[in-house]
Amino acid sequence: MTYRNRELLHLFLVGLLTATGFAAVYIAQQDVVSTASLSYAAFFIALFVVAHLVLRLALPRADPYLLPLCGLLTAVGLTMIYRIDPDKALRQGLWVVIGLAAFAALVLFLRDHRTLDGVKYILGLSAIVLLVLPALPGLGRTINGASLWVDVGPIVFQPGEFAKILLVIFLAGYLRDNREMLSMGAGRYGFPSPKYFGPLLIVWGGAMLVLFQTNDLGSGLLYFSIFLAMIWVATARWPYVAVGAVLFTAGAYALYHVVPHVQDRVSIWLDPWQAPFGEGYQLVQSIYAIAGGGLFGQGLGRGVLITPEGNPYIPFLETDFIFAGIAQELGLAGVAGVVLLYVVFLYRGFRIAMMAADGFSKLLAVGLTAALAIQAFIIIGGVTRLIPLTGITLPFVSYGGSSIVANFVLIALLLIVSNHVNRAAS
Amino acid sequence: MNPQIRRLFFVLVALFVSLVAISTYWLWDAPNLAAKRGNPTLIVQQLTIDRGLIYASDGKTVFARNREVTRKNQGRPWFLRVYPQQGLVAHPVGYSTVERARTGIEESMNDYLTGSNANLDTVLDNALDKLRGLTQQGNDIVTTIDAEAQRVAMDALGGRCGAAVALEPDTGRVLVLASQPSYDPNLVERNFDRILRTRAPCPSASPLLNRASAGRFIPGSTFKVVTAAAALDSGRVQPTTTFNDPGYCIEYGQRVFNYSDQSGPNVFGTVTFAQALQNSINSVFCEVGKRIGADLVLEYAQRFGFYEEPPIELPSDEITPSGLYKNGRLYLPKDPNEVDPGRLAFGQERLLTTPLQMALVVAGVGNGGRVMEPTLVDRIVAPDGKVIQRTSPDEWKEAVSPQTAAELTAMMTAVVESGTGTAAQIPGVSVAGKTGTAETGRPGQNDIWFIGFAPADDPQVAVAVALSNQASTGGTTAAPIAKQIMEALLERNP
Repeated sequence: MTYRNRELLHLFLVGLLTATGFAAVYIAQQDVVSTASLSYAAFFIALFVVAHLVLRLALPRADPYLLPLCGLLTAVGLTMIYRIDPDKALRQGLWVVIGLAAFAALVLFLRDHRTLDGVKYILGLSAIVLLVLPALPGLGRTINGASLWVDVGPIVFQPGEFAKILLVIFLAGYLRDNREMLSMGAGRYGFPSPKYFGPLLIVWGGAMLVLFQTNDLGSGLLYFSIFLAMIWVATARWPYVAVGAVLFTAGAYALYHVVPHVQDRVSIWLDPWQAPFGEGYQLVQSIYAIAGGGLFGQGLGRGVLITPEGNPYIPFLETDFIFAGIAQELGLAGVAGVVLLYVVFLYRGFRIAMMAADGFSKLLAVGLTAALAIQAFIIIGGVTRLIPLTGITLPFVSYGGSSIVANFVLIALLLIVSNHVNRAAS
Repeated sequence: MNPQIRRLFFVLVALFVSLVAISTYWLWDAPNLAAKRGNPTLIVQQLTIDRGLIYASDGKTVFARNREVTRKNQGRPWFLRVYPQQGLVAHPVGYSTVERARTGIEESMNDYLTGSNANLDTVLDNALDKLRGLTQQGNDIVTTIDAEAQRVAMDALGGRCGAAVALEPDTGRVLVLASQPSYDPNLVERNFDRILRTRAPCPSASPLLNRASAGRFIPGSTFKVVTAAAALDSGRVQPTTTFNDPGYCIEYGQRVFNYSDQSGPNVFGTVTFAQALQNSINSVFCEVGKRIGADLVLEYAQRFGFYEEPPIELPSDEITPSGLYKNGRLYLPKDPNEVDPGRLAFGQERLLTTPLQMALVVAGVGNGGRVMEPTLVDRIVAPDGKVIQRTSPDEWKEAVSPQTAAELTAMMTAVVESGTGTAAQIPGVSVAGKTGTAETGRPGQNDIWFIGFAPADDPQVAVAVALSNQASTGGTTAAPIAKQIMEALLERNP
């Protein structure tokens, strides 16, 4: 079977699952949602079939599993959002349309990702500009203690989601150019000469800047982890990772002492039951929702997520805490399923990187894949109290326009790399 | 670069596995988490059950019913509680809400009300309902509370801080369990602030506090009934034993003067023990206390149920045991010398009692010395109308001999006939009782009491009324309230 036929087959399966999910919510909540739920599912699948046709046209040899994977994740998210608030699901659907439009545009007009290598410094600079945007007075917006948003007239968006991609492109190009130089030094397990730590220090400085400017450990941790993963893949020098981790911990520690919001987050993480109705409320409710879901969950639309007043028990349920909602209604089985989707994504993404012949493609694929996976880990880890909670989105699943559009762009880039790799291989 | 990519893959997969691991840990910890306050899971699951109704003793007056609501995003309809009697039975019935869990019978009988009790019938019904996809139905509860008498008690107590309890002496059935200030349980879910703003003429209005079962009052002279029971039952004192009342009692070399709530002159001179109770003479009881010792008085207090939570169908945190308190904690001295026997004998020292406990004391006296287990539940009725459980009377304590009970009854009858408790007289009915006015050390802040039962020769109702922060005495203020309650109950059940 050709790549694209395999993709279509899997999209068909995703469509069946989506229709089942929406139907389940409809049956459980007939008073709230309408029969339109099934047409939502149909419309959703139609969108992905259009994306599929674009791929058939422009990237016939691209990986056949990535689009169905992100389709399934988007469907899980959309179903949950629909269950929490049908109006928000409609808006999320609109963002999926915009995301897929960006996806199609990129696939059609950027046939070769290596052209990005030429403009990597411009892109790196743009990433920094995007990251600094929320700090600008009159433009930035602080939500829940973190300054991650930019407010331009009718839309509020998170530039960090896009900066993440631009940063990966820049790093892929930069590390490919300098990996020989960075890999030099005494022996394989030796310590590189201090002068090679220059770039590391610069990126560390940038991550610290992001940390202090956004007051959010999550984004800082995300960008720095991506950087460490990529520099390690490029050089195989563990001292970079070790020194980087120490430096980041030091920076986070400093932030912890300066910013009360971060101190709260950490102390709540250590003991959320110190204030189960105050600071710890979100996390405690999230844990209750996960525990209450049991093995197979309460069933879509039947979980305990909404108070009698019609508000979610967990604030930010449809964004940061959507994973807890999935755990409540789909249980441990659903949780494991979602995690497994990210693992499969990781596998497909890294497979592209391993098959790629040139360094830039390798590093780009690794960076993009790791960025999405690490982001998923940080937010799920926060919601399950594995690590301190930070406000970032669960890729493709959380409610949020910037996140959806940025992640479709990310997938488009991966598919472009994949098409290039597979064409070279055959 | 491929070896690094492979290793990075395994590192990230390990991180993802740890996410599933911690989720599994929370599942494993679920029973522990479910018990935590503020966890909505259990409460909401129970909201989907068509909860049983709660009725007054007539089986008709509804104390708690359901309102079926289907709100946005709920999935199943919810059954929210409505309390048609508002504040009338807020304390015994309690409330069942989403935001603040449950209290009263709503909490203590929750298993029956939700139909999650383990009776074979109920289990079968539930299994069938589940198979047919029907809403789980709870069992109805018929209480022992007489709605009319409860209303009389609540109105009589109204505007003060206090409580009244009425029992059937031979069955332990609680006919009245009234506490003021009260609150409207319908406000608990959405307007809890309004309950918190309740004002009352006492330092802490605490409308949610069930003063009948958990309010601590200084028993004052009502405790003389317990002292008298100890003195008579041990054979150390007879009703006819004479004492000399100099108007004070010498304790540790200091004179403790009689209190003004006694009737008659300040100095009685030579009196019998019966007359001492009739006129509530502190000096005589002080002498008796010193004679029989604090340990014997406390032993008899325990035989009436002090130092234990009465076994009534209320949540444990809504019941307070009675006894001596030290630094806010129940305290039973190992060495009787730690307690002043004279002051203990007339109910001062550091004694704190609940109206429920004092009602059990008089009910015990009225029932020939046997204290019955107090109960709020008459019967539990399945959705199909079948009675699945009916409360039968159980003896709780054997406090004193029938002879002692008869002697006490005679002495207490004299209290109401021509002693401190004349305000409790009911025309055509002989009433036995005892007043109490306990000083708290500050003027106008007495704890005042009346405890008693009627008719004295064939007790149908035993009652305890306690009010705090009063300037008057038990005989003038508490006795008339007790009279009203007893009248209301005797009229309805002649």
